[in-house]
Amino acid sequence: MSANILAVFYLISGILFILALRGLSSPETSRQGNFFGIIGMAIAIGVTFLSIGNFSTGFAYVLGFLLIGGSIGAFIAYKIPMTAMPELVAGFHSLVGLAAVFVAISAFLNPEVFNLGSPGNIKIASLIEMSLGAAIGAITFTGSIIAFLKLRGIMSGSPITFFGQHYLNLTLGVALVGLIFYLCKTQIDTWFWTLILLSFLIGVLLIIPIGGADMPVVISMLNSYSGWAAAGIGFTLENTALIITGALVGSSGAILSYIMCKGMNRSFFNVILGGFGATDQSSNEKGKEQKPVKNGNAEDAAFLMKNASSVIIVPGYGMAVAQAQHALREMVDALKKNGVKVTYAIHPVAGRMPGHMNVLLAEANVPYDEVFELEEINNDFANCDVAYVIGANDVTNPVAKTDPQSPIFGMPILDVEKSKSVLFVKRSLSPGYAGIDNDLFYRDNTLMLFADAKKMTEDIIKSL
Amino acid sequence: MEIDPFIFRLSIFILTIFVGYYVVWSVTPSLHTPLMSVTNAISSVIIVGAIIAALAGSSTTIFDTANIFGYLAIILAAVNIFGGFLVTQRMLAMYKKKKKDK
Repeated sequence: MSANILAVFYLISGILFILALRGLSSPETSRQGNFFGIIGMAIAIGVTFLSIGNFSTGFAYVLGFLLIGGSIGAFIAYKIPMTAMPELVAGFHSLVGLAAVFVAISAFLNPEVFNLGSPGNIKIASLIEMSLGAAIGAITFTGSIIAFLKLRGIMSGSPITFFGQHYLNLTLGVALVGLIFYLCKTQIDTWFWTLILLSFLIGVLLIIPIGGADMPVVISMLNSYSGWAAAGIGFTLENTALIITGALVGSSGAILSYIMCKGMNRSFFNVILGGFGATDQSSNEKGKEQKPVKNGNAEDAAFLMKNASSVIIVPGYGMAVAQAQHALREMVDALKKNGVKVTYAIHPVAGRMPGHMNVLLAEANVPYDEVFELEEINNDFANCDVAYVIGANDVTNPVAKTDPQSPIFGMPILDVEKSKSVLFVKRSLSPGYAGIDNDLFYRDNTLMLFADAKKMTEDIIKSL
Repeated sequence: MEIDPFIFRLSIFILTIFVGYYVVWSVTPSLHTPLMSVTNAISSVIIVGAIIAALAGSSTTIFDTANIFGYLAIILAAVNIFGGFLVTQRMLAMYKKKKKDK
């Protein structure tokens, strides 16, 4: 197959990938979009085989490894519970990163195959491209592993900070650039290996200072990195499909990071530098605990909601932890039988990854047209009888609107305090991730339901 | 005067960033999780590089160091391709509209 025809097929793959993302603009077209993505991938792999045209022993191995990897992937995809989606995505990012590193290593060791020159005499442009691809890939790999460990709870979600951290990272970053420069100048492979090892280290150091609730930003950022790594390799291999995909994924991840940062009213750098809320926690814990709190039980909550005409549910990460989405749906069904209008309100940073709550609600068979984003539903709280806050905290804190001293001041929040009564399911009065007390707990119209989210919801169903 | 092919590739790259920008902004926020899993799946098109690397060289030396890295990359990328597309499919199948009979 001629190089030109090959390039045309790669272009077709690239366009199919664009259509795959385009399909996600609405749930109706999304399944078709995913199908386009699969076709695009099949074309890319198929024409690559045909272009090599060497159906010898090696070919059988390639197919074998493809099937091994494929079955592992398929197995994981069918087994994984929806609540574990954030760590799954983090894990998958790490694989893309490592694959990029491996391809870069192959290209470095055997440049003739890719028309990049000969070992020790690789074209400078190619060398820069493959160094960047390898470096970003390596950072994505270790960074995603740390994110995975934090999301999985194997590693503590609290930020790890130490003295001089930012200076160390800066120094390592400069060293990385220096290594690429020396590698191009000398073509000595030691620099290449050092570069990869250094990038592995940077990946770890970049993610450890970022805390659990900032994970939506981290995952989006690593998503973006995996795209840039792929693009870097695409330039090295002069492959259009890879360049197109890399650019798409890179910009997609960047936009998601931006949306997540905006959802917290924090700058990207503020999140990346980490250590949020670790300092002022102690000062807030004093004195505030004595304030009176209205404590309710499941019967009170059931009574309030049964007699309401409209209820808005505000789910948060706590719902995912307690696996309460199915119980919640049953509760809503029971309420609907009583003629109550029920909708769901989702904050952009609820959960541990973008769109996390939506997937969990979809899993529990909640129709997506009952689920609304912050801007769509925020005005409705004023006309709503009961807001049922389940596993969310900081995203409902009115302090974000009133207290300029608060670390979350300016963050867009769900105006639950405007509804006639608020039911707050929470295990204790402890502050949320940002380490600040929630004013909402002490309001007259708030009823605190101290229990596990799932257990409380099930008890409410019994009382309905 | 001839234009370096690199410039063409750079043009594709930059134009696609713009395409990506507009396409991704039009993705509905409720589908952001499937967006991440599908972008993850398509970025594994890096497998084409892995295949070329794995099959490089003469047929007698199919397990050269460079080849082995290629094979490893194939496994990793294949996990992602199958896992990414299938898990996206699974998620998207769950998004349902309100039933009309209610």
